[in-house]
Amino acid sequence: MLYRTAGQFKTSYKADQALFPIRQDAVLLAIILTFAWVIFPMTASEFAFQTLLIPILIYSLAAMGLNILTGYAGQLSLGTAAFMGVGAYACYKLIEVMDPILAILLSGVFSAGIGVIFGIPSLRIKGFYLAIATLAAQFFLVWLFEKWAWLYNYNASGAIQVPNLQTFGVYVTGPQASSVTQYYVILGIVTLMTVLCINLTRGTLGRTWKATRDMDIAAELIGINLMRSKLTAFAISSYLVGVAGALFVFMWRGAAEPNLFDIPLSFDILFIAIIGGLGSILGNYLGAILIVGLPVVLNTVPEALGLEIKSATVEHYNIMIVGALIVFFLIIEPHGLARLWALIREKLIIWPFPH
Amino acid sequence: MLDQSQGYVTADGRQIGGVLMEMKDITLRFGGVTAIKDISFDIHEGEIRAIIGPNGAGKSSMLNVISGFYTPQEGEVWYKGAPRPAMKPYEVARMGVARTFQNIALFEGMTVLDNVMTGRLNHMKAGILAQAIWWGKARDEEIANREHVERVIDFLEIQSIRKTPVGRLPYGLKKRVELARALAAEPSLLLLDEPMAGMNVEEKEDMSRFILDVNDEFGTTIALIEHDMGVVMDLSDRVVVMDYGKKIGDGTPDEVRNDQTVIDAYLGVPQE
Repeated sequence: MLYRTAGQFKTSYKADQALFPIRQDAVLLAIILTFAWVIFPMTASEFAFQTLLIPILIYSLAAMGLNILTGYAGQLSLGTAAFMGVGAYACYKLIEVMDPILAILLSGVFSAGIGVIFGIPSLRIKGFYLAIATLAAQFFLVWLFEKWAWLYNYNASGAIQVPNLQTFGVYVTGPQASSVTQYYVILGIVTLMTVLCINLTRGTLGRTWKATRDMDIAAELIGINLMRSKLTAFAISSYLVGVAGALFVFMWRGAAEPNLFDIPLSFDILFIAIIGGLGSILGNYLGAILIVGLPVVLNTVPEALGLEIKSATVEHYNIMIVGALIVFFLIIEPHGLARLWALIREKLIIWPFPH
Repeated sequence: MLDQSQGYVTADGRQIGGVLMEMKDITLRFGGVTAIKDISFDIHEGEIRAIIGPNGAGKSSMLNVISGFYTPQEGEVWYKGAPRPAMKPYEVARMGVARTFQNIALFEGMTVLDNVMTGRLNHMKAGILAQAIWWGKARDEEIANREHVERVIDFLEIQSIRKTPVGRLPYGLKKRVELARALAAEPSLLLLDEPMAGMNVEEKEDMSRFILDVNDEFGTTIALIEHDMGVVMDLSDRVVVMDYGKKIGDGTPDEVRNDQTVIDAYLGVPQE
């Protein structure tokens, strides 16, 4: 009913290949963008910015990076957090010489380089074995963040502190920056990256990646250079993850120790990508909303209902409920929330007919 | 250009061109097993060339040598009048050799359209940045190639399943999509590895018609492996017969059918 496509005719391949061949999708996206760009920033509280809006965007970006690699190119990776770390530390060094936003965008280049290096084993090994190989990156890089004092400018704590920095006279990082400004910076970067990723994944490179994922031997025999395909996936994925890492520290956490980039963060992002849906851009957002948003909701609900529960107990419930939900969503739709939405949409388009 | 003086005229009166690909004394071993032993044959431009033989005769290995998946220990592959150096399969594909597979090797997670579009990858040159912005060359290229792909889709009559994920299709259609993907590459040489395996009579007839049409309309040279003798004898202009890695016969279907060695290999030799 809402998704009736009757009367929407495509008369050129250009129209058929448009981003939103169905008008309702474009309308829906416009509504979401209005909320993200206008309504949320005007209405959100400091708490909402710091616990929901900003982390959801950053986690979505990181998951999008992982999704390019795992969901589109089919290369399993458990080193996401380490590549985020590379982005964060690179950004820490870059802000000394350039504008902070430029530094954030450039920091991804460094993680892309490191990502390609750790992606080389993918040319010979696949699946779980590759995942173990990427674990090497995870352990090695975190160790490096700890031991290489130059990275954190030899300060005694071994952690990086985000200074107050301005872009065009406005504080964008550090304690003096306002949440709204930071939110807009993040939203701008994430929106840009999302558009670029959508284009990449629906074009030639995207098809190359998906072919590599689905049947690598056939891919090679029809003319795909597997090395190029896999390494570009590692590079672009690590770039996005690196930028997400820089945003993570500079726009949200404000400080970082090496162990912040340990395996649990890698797993969080992997969960987001899997629950959201591998091989989908939308899924990263849905997954991030679930994984980041759910604990916040679970924390505030008992309070709102006037229940007296100790915060430690809430924490435990949190883990249990989130865990159960992950299993639940994976059982009802192993391909993630994005596929669930795709099925709903498909049903809506043909509604009220079943086929 | 190929030397056209070697061309010939087929039984049904089609003019066949010069030698497109020539296998010269190919030997392929896997450890101690010799899969192909000293085989030579040629494929002329515009003909339909069949490779037949009992199971395990080395037919698929031969096809894999042609498509560059295996590198033979001895012998040379001549392509378009020059010896082909050892190269990766994707480089061979870029030289205009496309193929289908015995066990369907489609990209299951993609739609039919995307699968066929992958066949065009070697014709698409836009850089990563242009693709990311989806502007200018990248977008024009996407649309130009889409037009070509649509012609192939029309040709093989799979318009109605254009946007269906390949995983949902029945076997016969998957085979046809695979042919579409290979055709989209506009190959000079099309390799078909058992294109009719597991099909019923009707599907076989459809597929035979498509193979003949492809050869007829695009002038594509086709080399195929097939077990169904009726189909092979009807379709092909010349047949290579292999047995235990050796070539035991080569010629027109009629010549091969009446060759005593071939009959022995297929029907067996009576005990003395």
